[in-house]
Amino acid sequence: MTEGRSKRFLAREGRELRKELLIAADPELGLVAMNGPGDPQPGLVIEDGRIVAIDGLPEAEWDVLDHFIARHGLDLEVAEEAAGLEDVEIARRLVDVDVPREQLVRLSRGLTPGRLARVVGLLDPVELMFALKKLRARRRPANQAHVTNLKEHPALLAADAAEAAARGFAEMETTVGVSRYAPLNAMALLVGSQTGRPGVMTQCAIEERRSLQLAIQGLTTYAETLSVYGTEPVFVDGDDTPWSKAFLASAYASRGIKVRFTSGGGSEALMGHAQGCSMLYLEARCLAVIRAAGSQGVQNGSISVVALVLSLPGGTREILAENVLAAWLDLEVASGNDAIASHSPTRRAAKLMGQFLPGTDFVTSGYSVMPRADNMFGGGNYDGDDLDEWLTLQRDWQVDAGIEPLSEEEAVRVRRRAAQAIQAVFAGFGFPPIADEEVEAAALAHGSEDLPDRDRAADVHAADRVLAERISGLDVARELDLRGFTDVAEAVLGIQRQRISADYLQTSAVIEPDGSVESAVSDPNLYTGPGTGYRLEGERWELLRSLPHELDARSLAEQGGDSLAPVVVELGEAGPGTAANEVVIAVGPAFGDGLRETIAGVPHETVLEALLEGVRSEGGEPRIVRVRRVADVAFIGHDGARLSGSGVAVGVQSKGTALIHRADLEPLDNLELFGMAPLLTVDSYRAIGRNAAGYALGQRVGPVPTRLDNFARAKLIVRTTLLHARETAEVVRGAAPVELSLGSKP
Amino acid sequence: MAFDPASDYPLGTRRPDLVTTPAGTPLSEVTLEALRAGRLSADDLRATPETLRRQAEVAAAAGRTQLAENLRRAAELAGVPAETILELYTALRPHRSSENELERWAARLEGEHAAPLTAAFVREAATAYGARLLLAP
Repeated sequence: MTEGRSKRFLAREGRELRKELLIAADPELGLVAMNGPGDPQPGLVIEDGRIVAIDGLPEAEWDVLDHFIARHGLDLEVAEEAAGLEDVEIARRLVDVDVPREQLVRLSRGLTPGRLARVVGLLDPVELMFALKKLRARRRPANQAHVTNLKEHPALLAADAAEAAARGFAEMETTVGVSRYAPLNAMALLVGSQTGRPGVMTQCAIEERRSLQLAIQGLTTYAETLSVYGTEPVFVDGDDTPWSKAFLASAYASRGIKVRFTSGGGSEALMGHAQGCSMLYLEARCLAVIRAAGSQGVQNGSISVVALVLSLPGGTREILAENVLAAWLDLEVASGNDAIASHSPTRRAAKLMGQFLPGTDFVTSGYSVMPRADNMFGGGNYDGDDLDEWLTLQRDWQVDAGIEPLSEEEAVRVRRRAAQAIQAVFAGFGFPPIADEEVEAAALAHGSEDLPDRDRAADVHAADRVLAERISGLDVARELDLRGFTDVAEAVLGIQRQRISADYLQTSAVIEPDGSVESAVSDPNLYTGPGTGYRLEGERWELLRSLPHELDARSLAEQGGDSLAPVVVELGEAGPGTAANEVVIAVGPAFGDGLRETIAGVPHETVLEALLEGVRSEGGEPRIVRVRRVADVAFIGHDGARLSGSGVAVGVQSKGTALIHRADLEPLDNLELFGMAPLLTVDSYRAIGRNAAGYALGQRVGPVPTRLDNFARAKLIVRTTLLHARETAEVVRGAAPVELSLGSKP
Repeated sequence: MAFDPASDYPLGTRRPDLVTTPAGTPLSEVTLEALRAGRLSADDLRATPETLRRQAEVAAAAGRTQLAENLRRAAELAGVPAETILELYTALRPHRSSENELERWAARLEGEHAAPLTAAFVREAATAYGARLLLAP
């Protein structure tokens, strides 16, 4: 028994991460990530061309999922071929760069859920990522946005949708706080998205009937609310069966609407019916049903239950394995990363990398483009305020995760125009007017707190009219056209036109701004190793790496030195001094000339004045010398010391780094070093001057107090490098030191 | 020119000649000018059963058997009124329909809507629901 609490343990307990509970696996409750002890022994028994047992269960004991999978989900010919392969052999093929995706997808058609989970469970995290990269259906990754706000303000929805579209999101989803708002939210999203970039697909997540109705009216283009669960009791509690969901999918397709299903590990445990099985095995059952239903895709990877999965050992790995399974089954994958996974930014980012680096069809199934407070999906794992983080990660890894940089000017322009467009549409339909002040507020807003309150009763009444009067996407296009938004009208009409050719019903379809459809059929992922598949290079890399706040390196070291008169005058070659109290102040090659201030912004003139004053105040006699042959502070100081009558010198680089040196020391030794240039003030240089004089006169000297800022390096290393490069550029090899006086030439 | 599912996708760009609205308006005539002239109707801006069947062929040619089946069912449902579709969806939910009721739906799909694939799908559901006690009590 230890006595007392460790302050370090207490500090760690206070961190955000520790708000989350970690639990040991409890397989009976379904609280086990993968390879659970209760998972069935995989197997498939076929008699007379008919499946009679799946994963150890004979037909008489099948639940509704087994029935559906047996009926629609397995290719018996492939099943016989797969039966002859060991699990580990199949797992190895998943990461074998020479086994093309096509062969793996074919093989998956003969594997039961138990077998699928078992095989994927053999892969370690890096293997899973590699398999995911190989198995993604569409060549190029993309991303989906979430667009909502607390006030359900139409102008803000339109503005946010437009900015998201301009940032390159291929799909966007909204939802409602009050369900009667849905038609207006869908309309604002449609108008906003098409203002930002033609071809973006939109949806409104609400109850199925209503969702289908909005789609039929042409106000939305896709749906992904078709939830599937891995056990029968949960499926039935959700008021559906595999047949009802599959029928609904066909119904959407019959109206030319893209559909993806939703599933995710942990949902069965959360709802109390995991039947003692692991999360990955149950997800494999979901995915088998989803493919059997003929869905082109799925959003999976635990989705809204992510924090429960992360409470378990191997949780992050399990979620990645779910995405791999979905891709292996030839489904378009919108890979979660939408719900808040953790309080800890470290943990969130670590989880994200599993999908971010390999790339998925939609890296998130909803990146919240608004601040967290306006997220009506329950908060986003990544929010509008995190956009620069995401863009920087793309730039760091040279990875395309589907979001493009946008200048502030362009963002505000496109937001304002979208708000004006929805304002025009509202006016056209005689809906409660959107005032010019609301448009302007939406253009510049951080969140809905910046927007005036609207008459909610009147807006909801307008929303009811959209349904009652069957106001359609075509009507929206007409009003836009009548009010001068011809380009937006054309884009809204373009989206309606897509429903006629229905090309986006194929797997992993996205629509390009010119209206062409890219899907796994027209643009398949054919990755077979280095030099193949999708690579972020060329114009796209140029676009993603050029962040608006990126600086021109040279400008950072531009201090106007080339156009101003130097602050020092060169008096000729410096010789050795003789006075016993002399202290040489040795400065770098660019000091007071090419460069004019330290990294802390102290003007060189002021630095010299402080040093001179400090030296004199202690009875020393200062002499300023420029060392030209080197830029390193140790050698600048040591060269100075060798010229100094007392043998003591202060060395100062142009960026402000200083030391006190003595002639009898090795060049890389010193009396005192002041490496933290960003923290050196005028007072510091004065104190350095005093101490140098003290050493020269043989006094007892206490070191100058220094401060420590461990972030100074991260913050200033770029500037340091560039300032030093400028100093180095002025080095003249073998040049003798010159004596300087402070002050410019007349 | 005959339709080739392996090379004619996307239909909208590669075979616009094959794509029309249910009322027969060609894709190329779905324009703002047509909208201004009142020649477009919202109900008509959707895929025909033929287009959906061609998309099913494209899916099948790419090896996507189940997606192709889904799109064939969709082609059958293209002409079925939305209200009917929503009623059938409800009927397929658990504990909503008896075996007879589902059989009547299947017969109606065959008789009124020329939808044999969907009818078979409904009958299959009825069998599975019977085995799992998911029929209406």
